[in-house]
Amino acid sequence: MAGENPASTTEYIQHHLTNLVYGNHPDNGWGFAHGAQEAAEMGFMAIHVDSMAWSVGLGILFCWLFRAAAKRATTGVPSGVLNFVELIVEFIDGAVKDSFHGSNKMVAPLALTIFVWIFLMNLMDLLPVDLIPELLMLAGVNYQKIVPSTDPNITLGMALGVFILMLYYSIKIKGTGFVAELTMHPFNHWGFIPINLFMETVGLLAKPFSLGLRLFGNMYAGEMIFILIATMFAAGAGAGLIGGGLHAQIFGDNTSAWFWLVIFILVCGVCTLNLKGKISTGKTVLLCMVFMALGGGLTALAGGLMQWGWAVFHILVITLQAFIFMVLTVVYLSMAHEDH
Amino acid sequence: MNINLTLFGQMVTFAFFVWFCMKFVWPVIIEAMEERQKKIADGLDAADRALRDLELAQNKATDQMKEAKQEAAGIIDQANKRANQIIDEAKQQAIAEGDRLKVAAQADIEQEMNRAKEELRATVAGLALAGAEKVLEASIDDKANRALVDKLAAQL
Repeated sequence: MAGENPASTTEYIQHHLTNLVYGNHPDNGWGFAHGAQEAAEMGFMAIHVDSMAWSVGLGILFCWLFRAAAKRATTGVPSGVLNFVELIVEFIDGAVKDSFHGSNKMVAPLALTIFVWIFLMNLMDLLPVDLIPELLMLAGVNYQKIVPSTDPNITLGMALGVFILMLYYSIKIKGTGFVAELTMHPFNHWGFIPINLFMETVGLLAKPFSLGLRLFGNMYAGEMIFILIATMFAAGAGAGLIGGGLHAQIFGDNTSAWFWLVIFILVCGVCTLNLKGKISTGKTVLLCMVFMALGGGLTALAGGLMQWGWAVFHILVITLQAFIFMVLTVVYLSMAHEDH
Repeated sequence: MNINLTLFGQMVTFAFFVWFCMKFVWPVIIEAMEERQKKIADGLDAADRALRDLELAQNKATDQMKEAKQEAAGIIDQANKRANQIIDEAKQQAIAEGDRLKVAAQADIEQEMNRAKEELRATVAGLALAGAEKVLEASIDDKANRALVDKLAAQL
């Protein structure tokens, strides 16, 4: 939780932006980094455990979900998860057929993997920024970034994978034509070969970098806004019932986790009663608001609403970014397949 | 924000997941979808064909009904005609039979009449002879006068 003074706010933000790093520190040897400073000192021989774990986990989730659907795939009437999966597959298939004109059996599955995987990674952004890091803090893990796509390693790693495929297919399909493309464009004269080579190489390299950095930038900025909203409104203790809520009055700075659990159960209970038709929707919203205000204070409530608003908007962003990454990958690969 | 081994880790996992998707997910789902597409297209085709068949069958049925009706009408006509014919024939036969019966009866009557006449003649002849016998009181030769009296009786 953020404090009131700027220093702790900065700490809060920095804490949220620090990965859990396991690497070879020049002084301490292999181990988890204690803070951003140590992580930076580890240099290249380090790995972001949280990014890798979440991204692999989400990748496995994707594989499991789609494999389960594939196993149930019938030519009869589809239902349930198969419907949903087929919707996505058809969407990807359409997008690939629109922009990829070569014949390559890999492009469509590649696009599907990219789209769903990136979407799932981006989706982690919609979890409350403090929820999992705080829970893991209780479990003794000090740093946790749960959105893998806010890690440039992840996005650039995927972009580099795409880049390798681009190079591979360019050389495979075009052969010497690829060299000609790099050297004889845009000025078709041997005297311009160095200039052409420079320009084309920059253009070629710009593709994977823009691909990776676009996704990273968007997700990083989105995450940042969640964090900023959290710092703005998660007012500390001592600000009274309005600012700090009941918990600050009772517990001071050291609010017990049980308190939040009680509030959570109360809110869930009210929502359940509403779903069962016991109380009206208006009353439900009001009661939830009261519980939230009691728990976190009015400013926390406002912060919650803003988080919610940004999350709704962010749903568009995460889908769009996953889609853009996928479409650009397909377009780049299509360009690699086009023999002039 | 450091570039480190995570980069390669992600590349490797990326490659692995793409391979997995390419091998175990995409072809299965796409195949099932395409097959279903084909099935649905076939089904729609079959439905169209069935509809056309139905229309043809209905037309045929209508035609057959018409034909049957005509046939029935023809048969009824014929039957009526035949019935009339039979009635006419029967009438004719009845008339003929009647005529024949009448003729036979007349013949019978005539026969009876003739027989009666014969009997009458014989009786009259006997009576005349007896009368004449009485009148003459004499024994006239019966045989000699019989022919005379018979001639007389035939004139009656």
